[in-house]
Amino acid sequence: MPSTTKAPSGGALPDLPQVIITAESGVGAALEMAVRDLTESWRLRRLAATLALFDIRLRYRGSLLGPFWLTLSTAVMIAAIGFLYARLFHQNIVAYLPFLTVSLVLWTFISTIATEGATCLTQADHMIRSMRMPHSLHAARVVARNLLVLAHNLIVVVVVFGLYHVVPGRSTWSLAPALLLWLADGFALCLVLGLVGARFRDIPPIVGSVMQIAFYVTPIMWNPSMLTGGEMHVLRLNPFDALIEIMRAPLLGQGVDGSAWVIALIYSALLAAASFYAFLRTRPRIPYWV
Amino acid sequence: MARLTISDVSITFPLYHAESRSLKKTVFAAASGRVGQDSRHRLVVEALRGVSFSLKSGERLGLIGPNGAGKTTLLRAMAGIYEPTGGRIVIEGALTALLDPGQGMNPDLTGNENIRLRGLFGGASAAEIRRLQEDVAEFSGLEQFLDLPVRTYSSGMVVRLGFALATAVRPQILLMDEWLLAGDANFLGRARERLETVVKGAEIMVLSSHNAEILMRWCNRLVWLEGGMVKADGPPDEVLEAYLPPDQFAQVSAITPIEV
Repeated sequence: MPSTTKAPSGGALPDLPQVIITAESGVGAALEMAVRDLTESWRLRRLAATLALFDIRLRYRGSLLGPFWLTLSTAVMIAAIGFLYARLFHQNIVAYLPFLTVSLVLWTFISTIATEGATCLTQADHMIRSMRMPHSLHAARVVARNLLVLAHNLIVVVVVFGLYHVVPGRSTWSLAPALLLWLADGFALCLVLGLVGARFRDIPPIVGSVMQIAFYVTPIMWNPSMLTGGEMHVLRLNPFDALIEIMRAPLLGQGVDGSAWVIALIYSALLAAASFYAFLRTRPRIPYWV
Repeated sequence: MARLTISDVSITFPLYHAESRSLKKTVFAAASGRVGQDSRHRLVVEALRGVSFSLKSGERLGLIGPNGAGKTTLLRAMAGIYEPTGGRIVIEGALTALLDPGQGMNPDLTGNENIRLRGLFGGASAAEIRRLQEDVAEFSGLEQFLDLPVRTYSSGMVVRLGFALATAVRPQILLMDEWLLAGDANFLGRARERLETVVKGAEIMVLSSHNAEILMRWCNRLVWLEGGMVKADGPPDEVLEAYLPPDQFAQVSAITPIEV
């Protein structure tokens, strides 16, 4: 497997960057290369953020409201679904609408990261083939882009909270670690799906279908309190449920269930390990695949 | 002292997305005789086979060979884009690769936005990016177009933008495909001047071209690639004498190289 080392140059070569790319196999070399790719992406984080910003700008270039179409369409969807399903599920709208708003906004973030992540490398084929750059940057770009979308959707959350007098409770501080975990998970998810999606082109539509199914079996439109205790335990095995719970509960002023955090952390560790392993193994092949 | 060392580099391309593998296999095998199967019985094309040479400061290498000889693949490997499946590449020095006019530009973004992205890739500050934008605008003569999407540019304008952007940075190792030397006559005159300063500034240059005249003028060493292997490596006149038919060689043999 090819590897690169950027060694500090010796006395004869004072300031020249040195890159060595070899086809030697070895886990150590592959590991070093993968870590270097990730640190390079971190160094180029301004580039990732700007790419994300341009993506959003481009999507809404020439439109009247610009990216606030995101806010508007989310608001309309929540209003439409909210009042209908509150009746269907016999829920009190005062409790149901804030729940639905937070759940749906968070779900949009997860599901878009998954579907866009599956094409994050194939969509960047021009850049990948024209210069040497860290491949993990393309995953970071998708996460940054969706963070911007999330920021626009947060306006809807703030308005709904204002209308229904929802005040985040004392466990608000736990939002910070939850957000960090979300970002790490989003990045790992993009990277692994991007790699698999570059190699096997039928992955992106499959991811779309899986996320569709996950939407219905995760408590987003329906409240977990509609389930009995035994059913709740089964539900907790759904990784999306735990991840949404650690963000949603503190926002709605409820206490966070410790078990949700444990499950979220276990799933995140598994995802990160799988993603890093896939990256370690396939990184040098990416330019050949896209 | 910049250095670029290629030792025993091999690159095989997997043909993952071959829809009718047996048909493709037959066609490719008949066309090039270079389609084989790797150890896992995947269909692969051997684009480079055991290529070795090393370049030191002051060398301006030309790559010559028929279409499909592996010139662009070799440039991409030297740029660190394709990591070789065999052998080793050592790059010592800041490297810029100018492989195609688009250079990874996003056609939907404006010229200025693409320049900004390039600047950020090079780690430039906001002030440096502004300078880069001014420099590119002035040299390319595209001031009034830089706020329009690149998609709306003519192909000549894309070449201008790509060229201006690529030559705005001063690399130690410069890799170029021959597109750089295409453009309208007026622009070409200025481009040649600017390219000369860049080439003079760069310690190592590698240029891939079919044009013997350009190679005679710009290079002091030629590598002739054929079937992914080095067929000849030496001074331009010697390699061209073997590569070109005698009458064509007579036409270019009088060309004097640029002074560096």
